[in-house]
Amino acid sequence: MGNHSDGSPNHSGTVATAGQNEVEKFQDPGIPPHRLRLADTDPKAAKRAERQVALLFGISVVGTLIFLVAYFAIDLGSGESTIGTIRLQNMLLGLGTAFAMLGIGTGIVHWAKALMPDHEVSEERHAIRYEEDRQAAVRIVDDIVEETGIKRRPLIRNTLLGAVALAPLPAVAIFGDLGPRPDEKLAHTMWAPQDGKLKRLARDPDGTPIKAADVTIGSAFHVIPEGLNELHEGKLNEKAKAVVLLMRLDPESLNPSQGREDWGYNGIVAYSKICTHVGCPVALYEQQTHHLLCPCHQSTFDLTQECKVIFGPASRPLPQLPIAVDDEGYLVATSDFKEPVGPSYWERDMHERSVNS
Amino acid sequence: MSAASTAEPAFAAKTKAGRFTDFVDSRVGGSGILREFGRKVFPDHWSFMFGEVALYSFVILLLSGTFLTFFFDPSMAETHYDGSYVPLKGVEMSVAYNSSLDISFDVRGGLFMRQVHHWAALLFVASIAVHMLRVFFTGAFRRPREMNWVVGGVLLILAMAAGFTGYSLPDDLLSGNGLRIIDGVIKSIPVIGTYISFFLFGGEFPGTAIIGRLYVLHILLVPALILLMIVLHLFMVVIHKHTQYPGPGRNDNNVVGYPLGPVYAAKAGGFFFIVFGVLALMAGFFTINPIWNYGPYDPSPVSAGTQPDWYIGFVDGALRLMPGTLGDWQVEQDWFGYVFSFNVLLPALVPAGILFTVMFMYPWIERWITKDDREHHVLDRPRNAPTRTAIGMAGFVWYCVMWAAAGSDLIATHFSVSLNDVTYWLRALFFIGPIIAFIVTKRVALALQRKDREIALHGRETGRIVRLPHGEFIEVHAPLDEYKRYKLVGFESPEVLPAMPNEHGVVTRKEKRRAFLSKWFFEDRVAPATPAELEAAHGHGHAAVEAPEEAKSLSH
Repeated sequence: MGNHSDGSPNHSGTVATAGQNEVEKFQDPGIPPHRLRLADTDPKAAKRAERQVALLFGISVVGTLIFLVAYFAIDLGSGESTIGTIRLQNMLLGLGTAFAMLGIGTGIVHWAKALMPDHEVSEERHAIRYEEDRQAAVRIVDDIVEETGIKRRPLIRNTLLGAVALAPLPAVAIFGDLGPRPDEKLAHTMWAPQDGKLKRLARDPDGTPIKAADVTIGSAFHVIPEGLNELHEGKLNEKAKAVVLLMRLDPESLNPSQGREDWGYNGIVAYSKICTHVGCPVALYEQQTHHLLCPCHQSTFDLTQECKVIFGPASRPLPQLPIAVDDEGYLVATSDFKEPVGPSYWERDMHERSVNS
Repeated sequence: MSAASTAEPAFAAKTKAGRFTDFVDSRVGGSGILREFGRKVFPDHWSFMFGEVALYSFVILLLSGTFLTFFFDPSMAETHYDGSYVPLKGVEMSVAYNSSLDISFDVRGGLFMRQVHHWAALLFVASIAVHMLRVFFTGAFRRPREMNWVVGGVLLILAMAAGFTGYSLPDDLLSGNGLRIIDGVIKSIPVIGTYISFFLFGGEFPGTAIIGRLYVLHILLVPALILLMIVLHLFMVVIHKHTQYPGPGRNDNNVVGYPLGPVYAAKAGGFFFIVFGVLALMAGFFTINPIWNYGPYDPSPVSAGTQPDWYIGFVDGALRLMPGTLGDWQVEQDWFGYVFSFNVLLPALVPAGILFTVMFMYPWIERWITKDDREHHVLDRPRNAPTRTAIGMAGFVWYCVMWAAAGSDLIATHFSVSLNDVTYWLRALFFIGPIIAFIVTKRVALALQRKDREIALHGRETGRIVRLPHGEFIEVHAPLDEYKRYKLVGFESPEVLPAMPNEHGVVTRKEKRRAFLSKWFFEDRVAPATPAELEAAHGHGHAAVEAPEEAKSLSH
């Protein structure tokens, strides 16, 4: 590549750095001569600019009035007010404020540009610090250090350092009650049988139980555990772990692995709806391809391969909920998930082992 | 003082404003400040307005935000909606969401203020980002302004933090999903992730504490820090005085521009109202974050095509680009019985980490490579620092690829292409995009420099075609006046600095690396035209009319 300095042989590659060789550099011609504006020379133009500025300020007044009228004259409380009323008021408030502000703003700027003196001036920069100041400051610091005697008394210095280093610890510790210890809360969901009674699968959000007969091939249900809606405390916390997608496929297309053969019923399978990536609900079911898609980051899971990840940023398959049918024909969960649901976390594998043991 | 005042009659101001100023001054001694600042010279350029936009957006954020605090209730207690928005009547929701709906539908002007606040927040981060690009590409971060560059970077991070904490407050479906993603990312942190998540949410996600906690951060801690940083930022601007673009009459020892009072103050002050007016117009006409359409937060539903606010997009996009499995191999690893979620950790931390680390360190990196420790007050035109400009563009393109990835699903649906293909392409661009951007930018910058040389030496094209006596057609070039020419030639063009031995006569490894980078930086360079060259160009035959051939052959 080399130097692309210029074409002439005499000067190839020469650079003129400051103060090096002034002949090699163009001299700074200085600030260009001032050019007068129309308003500087023509009193008529100046008068016109003056009127324009006043007009802009006048527009601002109109804008303020628009705002006030829109605020007081449009009644949101009346029976007939609709979303359209709010939209109209919002639009007029915006328009009024915009006129009020832009009128003032453009008026002032026009005034400054057309009528105020526009002579460019040059001002010297000053040094950020002066050597004399620096030396004086250094002397002061030296004197201060000397007077404290901190150099001569290492015992004081070291104990102070130790004390100051430890003092912030309580400030950290005092935040210990921001939340409870995680323990194994993330490993369990509401699906665990309660007092020996298996939990029924219920529709999200109304909570009516689902009969196996209602689930036709190709259909999908958003599912919550029975009794979730009746919770008074921590309903969302439980829901955030327990939501499930229920689908029915041709039993032939499912390939359950060893130990999972009886986790479904007649082609009906249930999988956690919480993405194993960062926890969005995997809400999109492509019936034709048997794929589940997470709308947040597009992780794609294949139902026919026990929800293995086939695309996207998730690493782990969606956990499967073992289901069966009870005496009355309703779908029930035979146990809790056999692994923690949702995004991975540090202790996850530990929890998975303890759930299965 | 007192002796002087008895000797001559006491100063009496002529105007009302003067009397008022005198009243204040005689009590607090402000005349020194006014004397220093009243006529302080500020250089003027349109690109200096981005920082002003950021400052004014922040003022508008404070004003509109204060209004919103009077009506917003950050409680996650359950309630049933009974406001005037019919579709949500009787729906169970948090008090926070309920009060956000009330602000939108039952407080007059509340929706307007909400929209002003949200638009101003988007503009705040955007203007900071554009302002930083301006500072980077013009080299304004060089000595003595390195520390102010760092303060600006901290402001960018704080602005994003303010935006994110505020985005989550209405407790609607979208923002709840945003929090869900944050929770997932936090849980992927090794060793302490689960604890941090439980401490942040006061237990399991979503809990009942997070909105109140984010609220305190959003209205107290983060704005206070932003304010502190703005004060520091402006304080340093005053100490350094503003940079100026190169041009005739401008050098590192002076500052050329308009005096603060009245012209500059009027322009800057007027500009505040313009920013406010534009934001009001946007808030009036363009709906932003229509929370009533989303419904209250519920961990179960989510709508496709959801987007975070724009400034979080690049992290979200990085999360999308990272593959979680390679064939049958899981990126998430189980080592020693513990989980390492590299599929979340890497994209969430590494790109943002690299971008911000390089950004913060860049002034020192360049200073080390160029060994240039002088004070710079005159800016570089981006083309005159081709390698820096190329580095900036590479980083910018990298950012934009990640940002585009945050909308990969929208790209796929809008252009009717496969979502998977969009992701594969963006994954490829993640790696090669910055390289292409670097090469193209550098070539464009060098080409522009050559064009400048040509114009400086041979004048501008007039478009006037002349036929010479022997039949040849040429285009007449008009020479530049000396002011315009100086703008094209008055810049420094540093050369490669070879490795130099230190005081022990040893060329250290570090110095060799520096020399290598210096070569990479300055190997391709176009020197500014010199008077001798101009002389030579003219010497070829007095004006281009008579010797167009040679004039053209000089251009490369």
